Amino acid sequence: MPLPTNRKPIRTVRNFSIVKNLRTYWMFYAMMLPGIVLLVINNYIPLFGIVIAFKTINYQDGILGSPWTGMKNFEYLFASKDSYIIIRNTLLYNSLFIVLNMALPLGFALMLNEMKNRFLSKLHQTIMFLPYFLSMIVISYLVYGFMSDERGYFNGTLLPALGLDSVRWYFTKEVWPIVLPIINTWKNMGYYTVVYMAAIIGIDEEYYEAATIDGANKWQQIKKITIPLIMPVLTIMTLLQVGRIFNADFGLFFQVPRESGALFPVTNVIDTYVYRTFLTVGDIGLSSAAGLFQSVVGFILVFVSNWVVRRFNRENALF
Amino acid sequence: MTNTKSKSLSGSNPKNQLSGWASTLINIFFVIYSALCILPLLLILSVSFSDEQSVMTHGYRFMPENFNLAAYRFLMKDISQIVHSYGISLTVTVIGTILSVIIIALYAYPISRNNFPQAKYFTFFVFLTMLISGGLVPWYLVYVQMLELKDTLWALIMPLIMSAFWVLIMRTFFKETVPEAVLESAKIDGAGELRIFIRIVLPLSLPVLATVALFQTLTYWNDWFLSLMFITDNHNISVQYFLYKMMVNIQYLSSNPNAMAEITRAGGMINFPSETVRMAMVVVGVGPIVFAYPFFQKYFIRGLTVGSVKG
Repeated sequence: MPLPTNRKPIRTVRNFSIVKNLRTYWMFYAMMLPGIVLLVINNYIPLFGIVIAFKTINYQDGILGSPWTGMKNFEYLFASKDSYIIIRNTLLYNSLFIVLNMALPLGFALMLNEMKNRFLSKLHQTIMFLPYFLSMIVISYLVYGFMSDERGYFNGTLLPALGLDSVRWYFTKEVWPIVLPIINTWKNMGYYTVVYMAAIIGIDEEYYEAATIDGANKWQQIKKITIPLIMPVLTIMTLLQVGRIFNADFGLFFQVPRESGALFPVTNVIDTYVYRTFLTVGDIGLSSAAGLFQSVVGFILVFVSNWVVRRFNRENALF
Repeated sequence: MTNTKSKSLSGSNPKNQLSGWASTLINIFFVIYSALCILPLLLILSVSFSDEQSVMTHGYRFMPENFNLAAYRFLMKDISQIVHSYGISLTVTVIGTILSVIIIALYAYPISRNNFPQAKYFTFFVFLTMLISGGLVPWYLVYVQMLELKDTLWALIMPLIMSAFWVLIMRTFFKETVPEAVLESAKIDGAGELRIFIRIVLPLSLPVLATVALFQTLTYWNDWFLSLMFITDNHNISVQYFLYKMMVNIQYLSSNPNAMAEITRAGGMINFPSETVRMAMVVVGVGPIVFAYPFFQKYFIRGLTVGSVKG
């Protein structure tokens, strides 16, 4: 293939067009500038920091001067028992959360939509939305109110009333794989219900009128009209969560179990591990390695899930 | 499409309604669920109004026993810290939200314009941040070592200003609601891009601006993670972080008898109403959000309808 012999003129033309572009659109660039600066600071500069994962950092030499260690940090990470636990916990909890965040709010939205009394329907929506507005710190206090050893509602009132022994909740790891999904669902239910509700209300009434004339019952209408028509919203909401399946809700896993060491086998996730190895233990290299692993796998997962969705329906894919 | 009261599945067709018993079941179900959403807060509220001694002996109850205001009176004694924390939270929330809406809108507008040839590159530039990240450690080092923002309010504001998600939502909104023809005619009349943006685009986009503002308010008000990362100085403690520290300190004291002894020796108070005060503090911390949220919620629903349009 013959290379262009006159490369210089082309470049001049391009330079000219850059100048022209800047001259025409300088206002757009000026408008975007603050945003660009923030994205660079928050997202792009830290990308260069991934070299830390391949180094032994000492503060004397700085990040660039510190010696390379190759894959040592990763070897250490994957050799430890922690790596299995944190990956397992992150994936299992998040998979469960995705299913719960889809199925339950969808059911709630369908039921609320059938409610004849609109005032009541709105009232329930409003009340269900309340937990979404609370911070994880506040939620950790609420949970503590029920589950603390001596004075919690469960141990203090409920269990004695049922004739059961009290449970040391913050030391009993078996209950947390149930408690954490309940809290997560409770907090997010209002949000997802409203999203699905908005999508259902957007559906044209005529579909249902036609279906009733053809004799379709409620269940058939839901299956044949409602679900297919809100599929795009369902897919995107789910896809967004699948993309973050390797990122746990730090607040939920850090605040709510109150850092109880006895619970780490069921509450330690990649995010809490990265935080603890970095700020509590102070192992920058190991923490970065775990963080990098999290980013890379997360990135791959987004692409794979998006690809799968595209194969079924191009329209529903994220990109 | 913009509000929920317009219609329901059964809507205009009386034949297409649920049977009486199914309807009753649904109603009962939601009454129970709604109760479950409020009860935890009522428990906290009740404890905060209870007498410390009865809480110590009987545990947390839904009805305050020996109703009294001792916990709130105790909080009033140390009101300066609370007022100060409120000030920090409010400052961060107000400045953060305003900057956030302005900067997001300024970024979203150019990438919504079809005639801006670089739009797709800048869309990708922001979208990519949703997919990849350098991780916690490098990000922390940028703030602490490069920018030296440790213990400053900027460390609580800057990380949350730009949100790729809201940039993309806003871009979609601009694209769908502002007709190209209007922009063109404004241009022919001699308006500059900034003028078009401020005079034409923004007034048409109030719903999405309100939504972003509300979500960012919530994000800033409820944030404690940035404080946990960047605040070591006791001066810049927000309400949420104050609650967090309270939880940690009391946990430390109650699990550590030596510390208790230390405090008594130093002449500190050991008998302060710790349980009820803690819960009273939660009530104080939750306060503004709970009062504001029914109002917020109305806009959220509208905004989420906007959000369900693909970015």
